[in-house]
This record gives sequence, structure tokens and C-alpha cells, in this order.
Amino acid sequence: MSLLESLFIWPNRPLPSLLVLLVLLMPFLYAAREPMHALFKSVCRSIANPLRLGARWLADTGLRLRNRNREVLFAHGSHEVKLTIEREFEHVTMLVQRDLEGYPVLQRKLMDEITRVEEDYKKSAEVPPPPPEWVKAIESIAKIKASGDGVVERILSDIRDSLDDIYQKIVAEYRGAFQERHHILKGFLPFWRSVSQTLTQVDRNITSLQNSAAKIDANVVKLENIAARGNDVANILATSATTQFFVAGLVMLIAFGGAYVNFKLIALPMSAMVGGGDYITENLQASEVAALVIILFETLMGLFLMETLRFTSLFPLGNITEKMRRRLMWASLSILLVLAGVEVALAVMRDMIIAADVALKQQLGAAAGAVKAEAGWVTRIPTFGQMILGFTLPFALAFVAIPLEYFINSGRTVLGAGLEMMLRGLAFLLRLGANLVIGAGKLSIMLYDVFIFVPLAIERWVISFRETAARRNKLRAVPPLKRAAGSEEAL
Amino acid sequence: MKGASSLTALGLLLFIVACKPETNHNQAVFMLIDTSGTYARETAKAHLVVNYLLGTLDPGDTLAVGRVKSRSFSEKDIVAKVSLGRDPLAANSQKRAFSEQIAGFAKATKGAKGSQYTDITGGVIQAAEFLNESQAGRKTIVIFSDMQEELDYKTVRDFPIRLDGIRVVALNVTKLDSDNVDPRRYIDRLEWWEKRARTAGASDWKIVNDMEHLDRIFKKKG
Repeated sequence: MSLLESLFIWPNRPLPSLLVLLVLLMPFLYAAREPMHALFKSVCRSIANPLRLGARWLADTGLRLRNRNREVLFAHGSHEVKLTIEREFEHVTMLVQRDLEGYPVLQRKLMDEITRVEEDYKKSAEVPPPPPEWVKAIESIAKIKASGDGVVERILSDIRDSLDDIYQKIVAEYRGAFQERHHILKGFLPFWRSVSQTLTQVDRNITSLQNSAAKIDANVVKLENIAARGNDVANILATSATTQFFVAGLVMLIAFGGAYVNFKLIALPMSAMVGGGDYITENLQASEVAALVIILFETLMGLFLMETLRFTSLFPLGNITEKMRRRLMWASLSILLVLAGVEVALAVMRDMIIAADVALKQQLGAAAGAVKAEAGWVTRIPTFGQMILGFTLPFALAFVAIPLEYFINSGRTVLGAGLEMMLRGLAFLLRLGANLVIGAGKLSIMLYDVFIFVPLAIERWVISFRETAARRNKLRAVPPLKRAAGSEEAL
Repeated sequence: MKGASSLTALGLLLFIVACKPETNHNQAVFMLIDTSGTYARETAKAHLVVNYLLGTLDPGDTLAVGRVKSRSFSEKDIVAKVSLGRDPLAANSQKRAFSEQIAGFAKATKGAKGSQYTDITGGVIQAAEFLNESQAGRKTIVIFSDMQEELDYKTVRDFPIRLDGIRVVALNVTKLDSDNVDPRRYIDRLEWWEKRARTAGASDWKIVNDMEHLDRIFKKKG
């Protein structure tokens, strides 16, 4: 029997019992109305206030985190843009050093070529000297008409012959001169080509410079926008970081797939090196741990290699000298090469172990009449495949450093945004909880009043009766309009 | 710096995982082959079982084969034993040599006359001693016999034995002519052995008569 049932007057009739109990309790509940209301309010306040306080703290923390995230986002964005500008400046510097530094030489070359072309042009413009003056005299003599005189005829004939000879000679000289000029003009072509190529190269360099300048301008504008700390820029940077985060995550997932294949490739042969059947943990063999360590070392060397090649900037290597950086690069590359060689050897070892296992099983099964499978050249293909994979996968893993850097950098922004959202969501939930508690308190007060509706109704009736009576008394207190006799005295 | 911290965290995780108490994953199997009476003809089958067992063993595991005859509690009754090396290639060579050794034993036993009595208990005690010395994580005694123990009047075996943590598998428990007359004898015999094994502290007791499905008992790892 429960406590409530024990209070029933008629145990078999709960409803009438409850009603009677309510009626009996009603005066007490009415008497305790004010303190009960105060209790409800106090309880609700004691629950709602901490909730509201928590909500406010979470909202403030969320706001602080948001500001901090924005600062980080702007700092990261400006760093990225500065790096891009630096790279563009490096490009420009390289162009200037490589091409414009040699510009005086180029100019001299151009001037030489132009001078030579001019000289040749002048040469080609020289015409053969005009026929001598005596030719005109001979021409006049040649115009003399034949008069039938034998001497004159012979003289004229000689003159004509001499003129013909001279004419032939002059024409030959003239043709020779033209041929020479044509030859000179023909010699122009390579110079023109050279000049044209040089000018094209200059044009290309100038265009490249212009492009770089345009990129620098655009990035400077971007940097200015970041410095202005506008919301649009913040949104663009956040979107860019989120995209980078997911793309880098996807690439790293693919890299994990590669690492898993690599692990499977070397786990079995590692048992020949560190011993099979040794367990470090419940389910982790020593050979598997060794294989994992090799893969981690490869990844680490890849990280160092990418770092020293300036592809990434995960480590603070800014304080080491260039010589030391180069040494580190060669060291990490050498170790990576050695590890790749070890993997090739392990691939061969793996194939040997599998082949020995198959041979043993064939021999053991021979008692049961197993047929020995023939091993042809085709069976060697997986071995070569494993060797190639074993050599290439460590280098492929080395490139994980690049998406890893993006993943970490963008992860800060994405994680910060996620945390901010979580804090705000929690603040909202706490505020909602506080409001619900306050609402529940009000509802409880109303429900309490519903239970004692009879005394409350009586109270309202009594109050209204009193008010009516008081109003009536007030009306009676007004002096009567009719004055009694001798009222003047009274006044 | 961030990459270094990630790698350090990974290293710490590995270190914590590695610091867990080490579990012995090696297994040791002792196979008793009944060479008494007419059961001696079954040794060819026993060779197949040994070959199967060799296929399931990993580097570091131990296998021994002992024979059950009139009195079996002796090191001389261990026909062959091997502790496989850690190198998989070396382990394969050991397995091959062991199989050849058992083949020779099976060939010799097939033509020979079986022993008069069958001291299974003595063989089991010998096997338990060997397995406990091996300090393997999993210990199994395989009894390749009809489980009909017959002792001469001088041999004393009616005392409690200790098989703590050892799994016992009765293989190829053939029915005797008397079992065919009254199958209850066969059932009672197996029940008696099960009770004896479990009382001795055996971790498990199994009977396998279907030689085609040994994989149900001996699961190969990996």
C-alpha cells in the first residue's frame, strides 16, 4: 500500500477519498498560499538564475572566442597574402635579375645589330658609277649617217663595236652590283630575325612583369581589406578555410589508404626481422608495431623534406642557416631513400615468405593428394608490383606534409567556429531551460490556486462584499439635501 | 611545431598502449597417438592431423607428438617435438622437418604390432608436464585414440590429475565392437573422460570425429 492509498478514507473508492482529502486540505492550503507562492518563486529563481548566469557566461565566452577566431583568421589570412606577395616579389626580382640585369648587354646587342643593318643598307643603296662623259661624245659620232665613204664607214663600225663592248661591260657590272646588293639584303634576314626574337623576349618579360604587378596589386588590395577587418573578408576567409579543411582532410584520407597498403606490405616480412609471434599488446604484434614505426619514420622524413624544401612551414626552421637547411634536406632525403630501399627488400622478403608458406602447404597437403601448382613468370608480376609500390609509397607519403599543414592551419579556424557554435548553442539551451523553469513556476502557482479555488472564490466574494459595503457607507456619509428647521443656526 | 606535437601525441599513445601487461599469445599442442592394439592402424590419419596442425601454428608455437602404449608416462614416448623459431622462413623449414619425422613414425607404426595395454592417463600427465614447461599462452592436448584405457595390474593411474588451463580434444574416437553392442558403453566412456578432464581443471573438453572439419577446433590465425 502506497502512502497516498494509506490516506484514503475509503480505500476501495479512491476518487471520493481524494475529493474529501482535498476538501479537508483546502483551508490549510489556502492559509499557506502566500508562503507557498513565495516558495515556488524562490525555487524557480534559484534554478533559473544559475542557468541564466551560465548562459550569459557561455554567450560572453562565445563572443570572446569569436573575436579571437576573427583575429586568428585575419592574422592567418594576412600571413597567407603576405606570403603570396613575397613570392610574387621574388618572381619579379628573379625576372629583373635574370632579364633586366642583362638589359645593357641586350641593348648593345640590339644597337650593334641595328648599326650593322644600317651599314648593310647603305651598302645596298650604292649604285654603279654613271657611264663616262666620253660615251656621250661617241654617241654623237654614232649618230652620224653613213654617207658611203669607206673610211667613215669603217670608223663608225669600229665606234659601234667599241660601244657594244662598253655596253656589255657596263651591263655586266650593273648586274653584278645588283646581285651584290641582293646578297647584302639577303644577309639582313638573320639580323632581323634576331632583332625580332630579342624584342619578343623583351615583350614577354615586360608582360610577365605586368602580370606580376597586377597580382601584387590585387593581393595588396586583399591585404588592405583584411587590415580593414570587414565582415565580408572574414566570411570569405572562413569559407576558404573550411574548403581547405575538407579538401586537405580528403587528401589525408587518401594518404591514410596509401599508408595502410604500405603497412600491409611490410607487416608480414617485418616478422622475419623482429620475430613473429611476439605480441606487444593484446592484439598488436611486434612486427606490426615495427612496420608502423617505419611508416611513421617515412612520414616524419617526408615532413622534414617538405619543410627544408620550403613547401611547408610546420617547424620553426627560420633560425637555422641556409647551409644547415640544405644539410637537413639531404639527410632527410637520404633516410627516405634508405627506408624506400628497405621497403623494396621487405617486399621481396614478403614474396619469399608467402612462396615458402605455399610450398609447405603443398608439401603437407601432398599426403592428402594435393596437386602442386606450377609457378610461372606470371607469378613474379606481383613481386615486381610490390617492389615498385614499396619504393614509391614512402615518397608519396612524404607529400602528406602539404595537406597536413593545410589541415592543421584550417583546422584551427574550423574548430574555433565549431566551438563557438557549440558555446552559443549551449547558451541558448541554458536560456531556454531558465525560461522553462520560470514558466513552470508560474504554472505551479496557477495550479496551486486552482486547487484552492473555493476559498479563493469566497475571499473574492468577501472582498467584493466589503467593497460594496464600504461604497454604500461612503454614500451614506454625504449630508442630506433636505435641511431641518433651524438649519441656519445649525450652519 | 604542430606536426611535432601531433607525432609526440601519437608516440605517447603508442607508449601507453605498449605499457599494458604483455599477454602470451603462443600456443603449445601435444598430440597423443594411440598405438595400442588395432588402433595402431590409424596412424596414417594421425599424420594428416599433424600436418593440419602444422599449418595452423605460427612462429613461436610449440608442437609435440607422443605415443600411447602400455605405459606412456615417459619422455621416451615423445616421438617428436618442435618449438618454432621467430623467423617465418626458419619456422617453415622446421615444420617440413617435423612432418617428415612424423611420416617416418607413421610408416614404422603401421607395420608394427600394437601394444597390449593403453595408458592414456600416463600420456595425458606427460603431455600436461610438457605443456606447462612450454609456458605457452594456450595449451592443448589432442588425444588421437578410441579412449578405451586398459592398464596392467602393476600400473597405477587411479589418482587425481592436474590439467589446469589446458584444453583437451579427443580426436577420431572410434567405436569398439563392444560399443556397437551397447552404445551406452561408448557414451559412458566419453562422459567419464570429460568428467575426469574437467575435474582436473581442463579449460575445455571437445570430441571431434569428423576429420574433414578440424577447422572447427583449430582455427588458423590471420
